[in-house]
Amino acid sequence: MPYHKFDVVIVGSGGAGLMAAMQLSHKYSVAVVSKLYPTRSHTGAAQGGVAAALGNQEEDHWQWHMFDTVKGGDYLVDQDAAEVLAREAIDAIYDLEHWGLPFNRTADGRIDQRRFGGHTRNFGEGPVMRSCYAADRTGHMILQTMFQQSVKNQVQFFNEFLATELIVTDGRASGVVAYSIRDGDVHTFSAKAVVFATGGYGRAWRITSNALACTGDGMSIAYRSGIPLEDMEFYQFHPTGIYHVGVLLSEAARGEGAYLLNNEGERFMMRYTPSLQELAPRDIVSRSIVQEIREGRGIDGQDYVYLDIRHLGAEKIREKLPDITDFARTYLRIEPITDPVPIQPTAHYAMGGIPTNINGQVILDEKNTPMLGFYAAGEAACVSVHGANRLGTNSLVDLIVFGRRAGKHIAKMLDSGELDYADLPANTAERTQQMISRIRAGSGERAETIREEMRDTMTDMCGVMRTEEKLLQCGSKIAELQERYQNISIMDKSSSFNTEMMEAIELGYVLDCAEATVESAAARKESRGGHFREDYPTRDDKQFLSHTLAYRKENGGVKELRYKPVVITEFQPKERKY
Amino acid sequence: MTTTSAPKVQNARANTVQLTVRVKRGAPGAASHWQEYKIEASPLDRFVDVLNNIKWTQDGTLTFRRSCLHGVCGSDSMRINGRNQLACKTLVADLGYKISAEPMLGYPVIRDLVVDMDPFFGKYEKVKPFLINNTPAPATERLQSADQRKRFDAGTKCILCGACTGSCPSVWANPEWVGPAAIVNAHRFIFDSRDEGAAERLQILSDRTGVWRCRTIFNCADVCPREIPVTDLIEDVKRAIIYGEPDIPNT
Ligand SMILES: Cc1cc2nc3c(=O)[nH]c(=O)nc-3n(C[C@H](O)[C@H](O)[C@H](O)COP(=O)(O)OP(=O)(O)OC[C@H]3O[C@@H](n4cnc5c(N)ncnc54)[C@H](O)[C@@H]3O)c2cc1C
Ligand code: SF4
Ligand code: FES
Repeated sequence: MPYHKFDVVIVGSGGAGLMAAMQLSHKYSVAVVSKLYPTRSHTGAAQGGVAAALGNQEEDHWQWHMFDTVKGGDYLVDQDAAEVLAREAIDAIYDLEHWGLPFNRTADGRIDQRRFGGHTRNFGEGPVMRSCYAADRTGHMILQTMFQQSVKNQVQFFNEFLATELIVTDGRASGVVAYSIRDGDVHTFSAKAVVFATGGYGRAWRITSNALACTGDGMSIAYRSGIPLEDMEFYQFHPTGIYHVGVLLSEAARGEGAYLLNNEGERFMMRYTPSLQELAPRDIVSRSIVQEIREGRGIDGQDYVYLDIRHLGAEKIREKLPDITDFARTYLRIEPITDPVPIQPTAHYAMGGIPTNINGQVILDEKNTPMLGFYAAGEAACVSVHGANRLGTNSLVDLIVFGRRAGKHIAKMLDSGELDYADLPANTAERTQQMISRIRAGSGERAETIREEMRDTMTDMCGVMRTEEKLLQCGSKIAELQERYQNISIMDKSSSFNTEMMEAIELGYVLDCAEATVESAAARKESRGGHFREDYPTRDDKQFLSHTLAYRKENGGVKELRYKPVVITEFQPKERKY
Repeated sequence: MTTTSAPKVQNARANTVQLTVRVKRGAPGAASHWQEYKIEASPLDRFVDVLNNIKWTQDGTLTFRRSCLHGVCGSDSMRINGRNQLACKTLVADLGYKISAEPMLGYPVIRDLVVDMDPFFGKYEKVKPFLINNTPAPATERLQSADQRKRFDAGTKCILCGACTGSCPSVWANPEWVGPAAIVNAHRFIFDSRDEGAAERLQILSDRTGVWRCRTIFNCADVCPREIPVTDLIEDVKRAIIYGEPDIPNT
């Protein structure tokens, strides 16, 4: 069995993973293990921008950014982390610029900035220009720039390797096991530190903006190793996904003045949030759309409404919203200049994930006990800077700020000799081998039926609107699917580029994420940010101003839920009013 | 190449059509062969949806790469109806009732539609695709005018899908040649006002395997899913070699 030894092994080559690699590769041996070629990571899909209080266009301060982040997250944000995010965003952006990221420019040659939902001046007074951007492909440019720097620094990549196991020696992380998609070999990596930067799990729902690769692998692998998952009930549904395909139409459209219309041609958001109308926070707009559809006001009685930009005029549409027009033309064959675009809410972003402290160290319990040598960053992690609802442009900052911090903390620990190699347990890779043999020998149904039932169930019962009854049903359905998954079968028995095997393994991961999500959601009997309970429609700080930690039973299923206090420093919880 | 007319786009996705999809299948050490699948699809389905449906409901062994499903990650470039395209940016409506899919030419085949991209990334690395600037950076950003920024915009759109390089007869004839994608990515830095590495890169691109093998056939620009004027960028680099430096706006 192939064996490798690196100071640091990073799983995931999106913005978060590569940012961590960048802090380490000049001095330490670093392997980046990724199931995709690095530039295929989903960071490349981000369009809108990355927030930092540079103040290039108008006055701005990191304290304002911190406040918006806390309020946007419905006060479930850990404020020490939000402070780090807002403060360090500024330097991190300059790092990216120095590495060549082609930001759009102001008239005087500085990084240009524009408005984005929820970002305000002076603690909520009015919108501020805080989003740094590179045309409508900011994520693409971040990913390309980080990859370019990795090439420069000769980071060693193991591409098309699917990580399957975290190796733990006496309670500390000591390596990773990965399945080589190319030839089916199982590789063992011994390391002094391991970073999981494996991204989100939008694929648990039917309609999603996420790539097929977004199956929550790192979260599930951690969860299977006895590490809890934090705040999984908080999942963001973006209001404007292209009907049926889920591809995202950026918030920029509504920023420019787009309307949302129901089947009566009514701008229904006027009824829900008269002051902000279409520009209310994402969770509120998504709920309003679902409400319209439920009450029979979807277009033709179906499950979508219209995004209408016709009144903006051809010129403005061409100039400001080229991506949206392009996607609508490509995937719906609709010309947005003359016709409204069918949209529906789309599963978009995981606020929850592997719990970490502000140094990216994974923590094991409500006392914040760190696990030696194990780090997580990016969408896979929960620091928590997004709390119950993430603001637009705040994920890309999260990647670069906390990817950087994780890398730097590892460097410090390596410098001081606090991290070292550990003997790998005798049964290393056994779990992986067993999983592969089981799938290869399985005689039950194929992945497709289980995957489809999971996606439908999660959409209907654990989506934008939730109730006790539905969540309980959803929980037992997911448990049933987990059972059936144990006997899953595949047609492809080959060891060469077996993507059916890969998809079967991924299905197991995303099922785990679904399981933790629904159980955490059932227990949270309040509504906050992205988690909306029709049976408990208000926020309840007395009982629930705390983070959920979901632990897994040895043989599957949620063992227990624990709660961890929210860190509050500057801003006392208030009603989230816009 | 198909000659049947394309299925009409209908408003309702429910109107499906019967497709015949021929896929060129292969594995290292075995002769390749065509396999035919019959499947229902909506005219609005992406070709990648069709492939996924075949894989998920008929033949789990059918092998191809894909991830983002909306034309931004560059995973699924393949030769569809004789032309390199992203399977996720191409709708059934544009392909007809009979569709053929093969791996891109000019790359070693790993299995079915999956080709080995390592040599492609090797060529990319050869042109030093990263900002070279040895002047210590200021505390904030380096300044760049909007015009200077615009000068190299085209190349920044590249998603490294490899469609251009796989459609180039000069590449087919000479696998050593760096090919269009690497030049696009060199261009992106050569014409960036912040970069100090133009001379090195122009040196690399002026040798035997550099820009001069380009015969301006324009296949690359035709297939680029990001609508990058690839051939124009190559011409730009040729001119920079001739003049000894790239023309970048001073302000
Ligand atoms: C359409 C869209 C638009 C967005 N727009 C914005 C925006 O404008 N601003 C903003 O701030 N945020 C935006 N977001 C959110 C943001 O882009 C993502 O949250 C972020 O990019 C995630 O980055 P990451 O590095 O954590 O993970 P990813 O970029 O998803 O990378 C995950 C990596 O992990 C690897 N991986 C996963 N599992 C395994 C495994 N088992 N073994 C090996 N490797 C594995 C993958 O190969 C990949 O390299 C957007 C998201 C979407 C979907
Ligand atoms: S230039 Fe276009 S075709 Fe070539 S690799 Fe880049 S995106 Fe693909
Ligand atoms: S799947 Fe990403 S470009 Fe087609």
